[in-house]
Amino acid sequence: METTVAKKIVIKTENIAKTYHESKIPVQALKDVDLEIEEGEFTAIVGPSGSGKTTLLNIIGGLDKPSKGKIIIGDTDISNLKESQLIDFRLHHIGFVFQQYNLIPVLTAKENVEFIMLLQKKSEKEMEERAMKLLKEVGLEDKAKVRPSELSGGQQQRVAVIRALASRPKFILADEPTANLDSASAGNLLDMMARMNREENMTFIFSTHDQRVIDKARRVVTLEDGMIKYDEVR
Amino acid sequence: MLLKLAWRNIWRNKRRTIITIVSIAFAVILSSLMRSMQLGSYERMVDNSVRFLTGYLQIHKKGYWDEQVIDNAFTPPSNLQKKVEGIANVEAAVPRLESFALASYQTKTKGALVIGIDPQKEAALTNVEDKIVQGKPFEIDEKHVLIGTGLAEYLKLSVGDTIVLISQGYHGANAAGKYAVCGLVQFGLPQLTNQAVFMPLPSAQYFFGAEQLLTALAVVTEHPKHVSSIEASLLQEVDTTALEVMNWRIMMPELIQGIEVDNISGIIMLMLLYVVIGFGMFGTFLMMTTERLYEFGVLLSIGMRRYKLQLIVFAEIIMLAMIAVLVGFALSIPLISYFYHHPISLSDTYKEAFEKFGIEAVYVFSLEPIVFTSQAWVVFFMALVLGIYPLYKIWKLDPVNAMREGR
Repeated sequence: METTVAKKIVIKTENIAKTYHESKIPVQALKDVDLEIEEGEFTAIVGPSGSGKTTLLNIIGGLDKPSKGKIIIGDTDISNLKESQLIDFRLHHIGFVFQQYNLIPVLTAKENVEFIMLLQKKSEKEMEERAMKLLKEVGLEDKAKVRPSELSGGQQQRVAVIRALASRPKFILADEPTANLDSASAGNLLDMMARMNREENMTFIFSTHDQRVIDKARRVVTLEDGMIKYDEVR
Repeated sequence: MLLKLAWRNIWRNKRRTIITIVSIAFAVILSSLMRSMQLGSYERMVDNSVRFLTGYLQIHKKGYWDEQVIDNAFTPPSNLQKKVEGIANVEAAVPRLESFALASYQTKTKGALVIGIDPQKEAALTNVEDKIVQGKPFEIDEKHVLIGTGLAEYLKLSVGDTIVLISQGYHGANAAGKYAVCGLVQFGLPQLTNQAVFMPLPSAQYFFGAEQLLTALAVVTEHPKHVSSIEASLLQEVDTTALEVMNWRIMMPELIQGIEVDNISGIIMLMLLYVVIGFGMFGTFLMMTTERLYEFGVLLSIGMRRYKLQLIVFAEIIMLAMIAVLVGFALSIPLISYFYHHPISLSDTYKEAFEKFGIEAVYVFSLEPIVFTSQAWVVFFMALVLGIYPLYKIWKLDPVNAMREGR
């Protein structure tokens, strides 16, 4: 008899909509988006500029609030959390990788990785051990004492990814992580993230235009005019 | 790590940080120098006026200060001087008999202030002996007097000549006498140099027909800070129904007012200087904030609490201000120390103009700690006020907008 084990849902959005009122005419960036992301997914959210990718990612990451709908991360409905609660929630449950200038320029690679654990009030020993372990995993242990300006773009993004991982989040949100990288660096970064996804079952959600990321993804959600147009699992 | 982060952030843009530090340090040096010169001049003015004219404290007959005439002289109780000198922090009690007289030499006549002194005690107050610029050191007796150089110049007399003094003595008695000038004295206070005639106390008492009388007993303190405690003790020792105890602030209200008016103008100048520097500081804080909006957005996104981010920026502002103040101190202390030991004497052209206003033509500097501490407080206060902008900006920062605008 074949048994199916139900996968754990990490992110669930219910009818989320977002309307911006920055100009006289309201702009609806998202319209009734329902999305479920399971643990261990390697998902790319794609779509043309202005389709709502970044808005969706910001709302999932608790950086922005929806005008309507619910976002449930694990068991928590984050749409009702206060700002200070959201900051703590992000610190402990969500990892972020941004497009550029991710790292604190005056801290070394190791200090950048430790920084998020410092905010989590981890012990010095734990910070040191985990930072070195993660740096080793991405082949940057020899760059531990080097500042971001002395690292290549690809190396900086690798440090940014392990900084996101250092806090042991439920998932990692990456907004156009390869946008500023050359092909080789982008390839290396994607391979590294794919390996972490496979080996550590870490959930990755990307917003991207980059075909290389789309090719690696095992699920591709296409947004258009603020709505999910396609949701393809490979 | 937060402090380490703040420290490194300061040096992120070395050139800008150095320019900011240099500009604040320059303001500290300039304002310390200005303030030191101002306070030094006030100290000198007070010292000249108080030490040479009245003493920091004075005992005289009730009503003397309002009507300073020889008829308001008093007979000091026999043990008064000893009692006063027995009070803690009193350096000396200096007896004086003072009144005006007409001083004549050949065809010239001028109003003069005849001061009867106890030469030994007077050393603690006017230190007349040190002020002799011509003549033998302090050889006054019943036949000899010391006179101010300004008076000598007016009367066109020199050491060895005879001066005639005419006045009204105690209770209307005639006072007249001729005295040989044994020396010329010069004080920092032009009004004293231009009119003083010093003679021994017994001679003055004889001249004015005021045997055993004094117009004042000046109290010399070891330090001006002891004035109020000594005054309180004096009030217990003195018969306040007949005598009164006055401190220099009450005796010289014009001096205090003059200093206060001058002080205000000096403070306005300093404020203008600090407004200019304040704009520079604000420019730096503004740049420190706007160029890091993306970074602030990232930090808030990854879970850093706003107050921690504000603490880092606040620490940066305080550290920057502290370094600048310390650099300012390091440079201004030796500079001011030099001028403290080498006051600037003005040339004869300016000297005349200064002396017309009764001011000594010399710029002296003060090394009082307040000269430096007040600058430190001003810079810190400015840093705190100007630092409100970046702290407010962080408080209102929306991470999504910050990352969008900061790209």
